[in-house]
Amino acid sequence: MSAAKIDIAVIDSGGANIASVMFALNRLGRKGVLTSDPDQIEKAPHVILPGVGAAADAMNTLRKRDGLIDCIHSLKQPVLGICLGMQLLYDYSEEGNTDLLGAINGEVKHFQKQYDLTVPHMGWNKLIGLGKHALLNNLDNAPYFYFVHSYKAPISKHTIAGCEYGQNFTAIVARNNFMGCQFHPERSGKAGAQILENFLNL
Amino acid sequence: MKEPFPNNLTKRIIPCLDVKDGVVVKGVQFRNHKVMGDILELAQRYRDEGADELVFYDITASSDGRVVDKSWVKKVAQILDIPFCVAGGIRSVADARQILNDGADKISINSPALERPEFISELADAFGVQCVVVGVDTRREDDGSLAVYQYTGDETKTIQAKHDTISWVKNAQELGAGEIVLNCMNNDGVKQGYDLEQLEKIRDAITIPLIASGGAGEMQHFYDVFKHARVDGALAASVFHSGTIPIPDLKAFLKQKQIPVRI
Repeated sequence: MSAAKIDIAVIDSGGANIASVMFALNRLGRKGVLTSDPDQIEKAPHVILPGVGAAADAMNTLRKRDGLIDCIHSLKQPVLGICLGMQLLYDYSEEGNTDLLGAINGEVKHFQKQYDLTVPHMGWNKLIGLGKHALLNNLDNAPYFYFVHSYKAPISKHTIAGCEYGQNFTAIVARNNFMGCQFHPERSGKAGAQILENFLNL
Repeated sequence: MKEPFPNNLTKRIIPCLDVKDGVVVKGVQFRNHKVMGDILELAQRYRDEGADELVFYDITASSDGRVVDKSWVKKVAQILDIPFCVAGGIRSVADARQILNDGADKISINSPALERPEFISELADAFGVQCVVVGVDTRREDDGSLAVYQYTGDETKTIQAKHDTISWVKNAQELGAGEIVLNCMNNDGVKQGYDLEQLEKIRDAITIPLIASGGAGEMQHFYDVFKHARVDGALAASVFHSGTIPIPDLKAFLKQKQIPVRI
C-alpha cells in the first residue's frame, strides 16, 4: 500500500491535546495529518512531533509502531518537537528513567526544588540568549511564550534560545534538521504562530 | 530571608467566563442569568486585550448531572491561540478526554474530586499533571479555620466537605493536581480584594501553581495578591466583563509596580 503524500506529518505519540497543534496549522492555512505510518512520515516535507504527558508513555507509543523510531532517526526534512516532543529528541529523561530518541545530546531533568519555585513551570516566560537561526526570524525582542512542563533540557551548543526559571534551560534547540521548542507555539499568540511559520518556511 | 530565584515567569491574568447552554452568561449568585454574548467573540476580545489564559466554567453542567453539549470547546480551540481551561461537569476520564481531544489545554474539577479524590490521580495518569486543575471553594470560618465547601454551584445543595482547606490542597497535589484555583468564598462577589491571608497560607502549603479567585474589585487588589500572597495567577470575572478594569490598563499598572506581566 503506498501512502498518500501529505503536507505536514504530525507524529502520533499518544496523549490528548494534539488538536491544538492541528488547529494552529489550520490558522496558518496549512494542514497537518496525524500519523504513525513511517512511509507517510518519510515523504512529508515537514514533520512535527508533539507530545503531552509522560516521556516513558510517549516513547512506548512510538516503539509500538514497527519501524517508527528508525524512521524518525533517518528523517532529513525539518522536524519540530513541541514540548514533550522536544524532550523526546534528547538522549535520556529522568522522567520514568527512559531512553529517548537520541537525536540531540543531553539529559532531561526535573526542575530542582528551590524557594518559591512552583512546578510545573506554567505560564508565559520570555526567551533569553537568542542565537541566529531561521526559526527565530521576525520575532520581536524577547517575546513571551506559553510553557507547561516539570522537566527541562539542559543548555548546550545546540540551544538557540534559553529561558530562565530558577535555572536556565533550553527553550528552543536545533541540531541540523532536528528542532524543538519547550513551549507551546500553538498557544503562544502571534509569536508562537511566527515560530510555526518560520519552521514551515524551512 | 531566602533570596527569590532568578525568574522571568510572568504573573497570569485570567478572565473567567460562565457558559450556559453554549453562550456566555452572567448572573447574580447563580440566578437570573443574562446572556452576555457569543463565546467565540468574547474569547477573542479577551485574547486581543492581553488575557494570558481563559477559563470557561460550564454552569449548565455542574449541578443537574445531565449530559451537556460541549461542542463549543472545539470551536474555541480552533480560533484561540492562548491556553484555556474548561471547568464544570467533568466527572469521568472519558469526559476529560473528549474536552482535551477537542483542544482544551486543561480541565478543572471541583466537587467530583471531593467525592472521589482518586479521580485526580486517574486524570493525571491519563493526561499528565499539567492538564489537571483542582478548583477549591474555601471559607474562613468564625473560629479562624479554613473549610472546603462542595456543590457551591447550587446554594440549596452546598455543603461543607470533610476537609480543612490546607490538608485538602496538599492531598490534591499529592494525588496529581498540576494547579490549584482557590476560590475564597468570604471575598467572592464583595470586590474588597482577594483573601490574602488565606492565599498566603495555601501558597506556603503547596509547590504547584496557585491561582487566586474571588474578590477582585480594583487594580490594586491584583497587585496585592501577586505581591503578598505570591500567587501565580489571578482569576476574575465581573471586573473584566463590566469593563471596570480593562486588561491593558491592569497590566500597565502592574508592570509599573514591578510585577512581571506579559505586555
